[in-house]
Amino acid sequence: MTFDELAAQAAPPSERVLRRRYVVRRLLRSPTFLVGAGIVLFWIFMALFSTHVTRFGPLDIDPYHTLKALSRLHWFGTDENGRDVLARTLAGARSVLVVAPLAAVFCLFFGGTIGLISGYYKGYTDEIIMRFVDVLLSLPVIVAAIVVVSAFSSHTQGSPGAQAAVVILVIGILFTPPVARTIRAAVVSEREKEYVQAARLRGERAPFIMVAEILPNILAPIIVEGTVRLGYAVFTAATLSFLGFGVQAPSPDWGLTISLDRTVIQVAWWTVLFPALALASLVVGANLLADGVRKVLSE
Amino acid sequence: MSDARESRLTIGSDAPVLSIDDLRVTFVRRDLDLPVVRGVSLEIGAGETYGLVGESGCGKTTLAMALMRYLPANGRIDGGSIALDGEDMLAVSRERLREIRGTKMAMVYQDPATALNPALRVGAQIAEVYRFHGGLSKADALERARAALERVAMPDPAATLRRYPFQLSGGQQQRVVIAMALAGDPRLLVLDEPTTGLDATVEAEVLDLIAELRERIDASILLISHNLGLVARMCKRVGVMYAGRIVEDGPARDLLTDPRHPYTMGLLRCVPRFGMRKDQAGLVPIPGFLPRLGSGLEGCVFSPRCELATDDCRESEPELDHWSDAERARRARCYHSDQVSGMRAAAAERAPGAAATSAGGALEISNLGKIFRDGRRRIVAVNDVSLAVAPGEILGLVGESGSGKTTLAGCVTGLLKPDDGSIRFAGQELPRSVAQRGSERLRAIQMVFQNPDSTLNPAWSAGAILGRAVNRLGGLRGAARRARVEDLARRVRVEPQHLEAKPGELSGGQKQRIAIARAFAGSPTLVICDEPASALDVSVQASILNLLAELQASGGISYIFISHDLAVVRYLSDRIAVMYLAELMEIGGAEAVFTPPQHPYTEALMSAIPTIDFAHPRRRIPLRGAVPSLSAPPSGCRFHTRCHRMLGAVCIEQEPPWQDVGEGHAYRCHIPADELCDLQVAAAAGDPE
Repeated sequence: MTFDELAAQAAPPSERVLRRRYVVRRLLRSPTFLVGAGIVLFWIFMALFSTHVTRFGPLDIDPYHTLKALSRLHWFGTDENGRDVLARTLAGARSVLVVAPLAAVFCLFFGGTIGLISGYYKGYTDEIIMRFVDVLLSLPVIVAAIVVVSAFSSHTQGSPGAQAAVVILVIGILFTPPVARTIRAAVVSEREKEYVQAARLRGERAPFIMVAEILPNILAPIIVEGTVRLGYAVFTAATLSFLGFGVQAPSPDWGLTISLDRTVIQVAWWTVLFPALALASLVVGANLLADGVRKVLSE
Repeated sequence: MSDARESRLTIGSDAPVLSIDDLRVTFVRRDLDLPVVRGVSLEIGAGETYGLVGESGCGKTTLAMALMRYLPANGRIDGGSIALDGEDMLAVSRERLREIRGTKMAMVYQDPATALNPALRVGAQIAEVYRFHGGLSKADALERARAALERVAMPDPAATLRRYPFQLSGGQQQRVVIAMALAGDPRLLVLDEPTTGLDATVEAEVLDLIAELRERIDASILLISHNLGLVARMCKRVGVMYAGRIVEDGPARDLLTDPRHPYTMGLLRCVPRFGMRKDQAGLVPIPGFLPRLGSGLEGCVFSPRCELATDDCRESEPELDHWSDAERARRARCYHSDQVSGMRAAAAERAPGAAATSAGGALEISNLGKIFRDGRRRIVAVNDVSLAVAPGEILGLVGESGSGKTTLAGCVTGLLKPDDGSIRFAGQELPRSVAQRGSERLRAIQMVFQNPDSTLNPAWSAGAILGRAVNRLGGLRGAARRARVEDLARRVRVEPQHLEAKPGELSGGQKQRIAIARAFAGSPTLVICDEPASALDVSVQASILNLLAELQASGGISYIFISHDLAVVRYLSDRIAVMYLAELMEIGGAEAVFTPPQHPYTEALMSAIPTIDFAHPRRRIPLRGAVPSLSAPPSGCRFHTRCHRMLGAVCIEQEPPWQDVGEGHAYRCHIPADELCDLQVAAAAGDPE
């Protein structure tokens, strides 16, 4: 028996812990991830605390100093209402950083659920769901979003919260198909594994297998998909507000500001340039973040 | 780490084709330096066949890769030298290296299916070698390619040139790969696990080819394998590798009959020899684990797992020639070489005999059929199979891949729904789908899967996995559940602290133990074991087989034991069923199936196993042709296309009857039992190899 006892001896310590430490170390050494995370964190900080940092409030009107160029007092100049562009640019992160992450969470939730069901049941269920997803996927995102948001506009008039909710839901739903596809592919390969067979063999129900058995093992693609969708959501939310279907004036939202102030671009380019740069930096930051996470997790 | 150079014994002819001296290879993984090959020296003479044996992770493939200068980007050669035909392989230029690969040495990889480009015709791929190295025109190169295929005994070489790899069988693909490797007339041919993953009969076909080529070509061969039997059959000299070092080398026959290193002895003791039975002798696993790469190694690397180890072994490592016998050209890296032969006796610990009582059937399968539909194609994966498993009996199920063994098992568990026939369990009809079976039957029929890496949910701890199974199958909760989990862990010899661990932290053997414990959570009466040990290293395989035998004997449980390894099946089973192309070909007692009269297919399968038994070489029966497609099975007897005992038209036209030999032994063939028995006894007495 001594042999078997020896045979059952401890395996050397933890591959899993090593792997986790390694992932963190790699992330902290990836310039892509670090730059992306830096930019995103900067904007999150600004969305929360910009009013404590800037001299002026984003909504403070000063009728005597409209369209002033860059100066020591107004680093980024002022707009046609005499509002400080720096304060507005920094505060403009707020609306987009509420809408985009929530929309990303929604599309992960819907897409994840659909992907799990579709990939787990296979057969006709899969076929029907995925064809429906294909239809949704073929819609041009912006056009579809405009249609839905305007359809709801009469109900949400006067309530910025409700309006934002509609935008979040619409973006979330429109981003569901690509997420559903990715998750489905991961589920399909996972469900054939023997531990799933073993679960079926002890009479586990389908929801349990999907949520408790499969879901924890497809977290990597879910995380990657989430960060990728975040970048797209920022972009889409800004586009919608640029077109006038998002938050309404006097919000310092970037898309909205660019849209409204482009009429004065020839005399006061700074009113458009700085919000545009801010928007671009957040989109780039989110994409860099996504790229870094994807590279490290897919190793 | 001792870096003393190993003294070299010159063996064979004077100028070695390959000479490796103190080679060190290190891999960098997750920023850590992992020494994989740690000072290996070996020489291969002209025309010599050298075998390198060892378990996975011992560095044998890395050695071959370093030799070909094919190391991946994270691998580097740290020291030592490689000389091929006197040329320093570590100093050659890139240009020269391209010339050398192919013309001076060539490699055949494990999986022929991935070694060939699926988008190119076979002819174009072989011709490429001649065009690249010989500078021949397209037409000339194709002509040479045809000759190359002829040389590897490919049937109809001209037609094969125009085929794509997927149109060839596994054995034929490997022939093509070998033909390509030989195309540049290399001085050294490196074969890395050339038959692993191929079916037994295909393996035998490839080995026959290599054995035959060995006589005809003047290349030296380096054969890498984990299979001692295979190396014994093919090689004149053998080196045994462990943890990046050669621990013993010498002439194959001498080394394997009289091992001088405890590791070699350990390897020999943990594989069942063909003909060994569980009630005669137990397998002796090698305790412990291969040292983790990069961990500090002091003293003899094998000492933590060695039953002969003393303080000397733990303090300093012996040289490879610590024990040597110049006359027999033998060396061993061990302080206690003279005690190794004594390990044998201590090993004969017996596994308890199984008490098979054949009163009534635990499981009765009748006329079972399963059809898979792929578009319009119908693939009959199991066709009209009837068999019974008695309570407390181990039924071994053997056959080549695609024979339907796993599908049959799937139907019994209910994971697959059969299309035809019925399965009765404990006297009652079993519902077809696992979802309709109810907890009592789920508890009673459980399964142990093949792949230790996917059998456990990587996100769950071992304890949680067992706990859930105990809860679902045993209906226990709270303290009773915890007690039962601990009891199960004890029975499969997993330490309680490992119940906290997730599968990624457990070794392959431990994972399989947990999987076995999971199957036994609700005290089943029938356990289906689908190749439970074949993905594990031999030293671990032995302990898993012992555990399965012990659990079965203690509880009177029935097993359906699926394996492609005939020696393992014979060792463990009470009765054996042989499947070929979705049909049952033969069924009978474990010994009866392996003695005449036996189905010609079983006869061929049996002859295909490479053996370490030098005293009784087995006669080889080559199977002709490839396994026919399941979507268009041959008429009459399904085996007639490959049968060496085919009678004639009757085999093609009529389905063979069951020939009853008595005592539950029956086979499906047109040749009557006494006639077949005479034929087979005569053949065995005739030409032994």
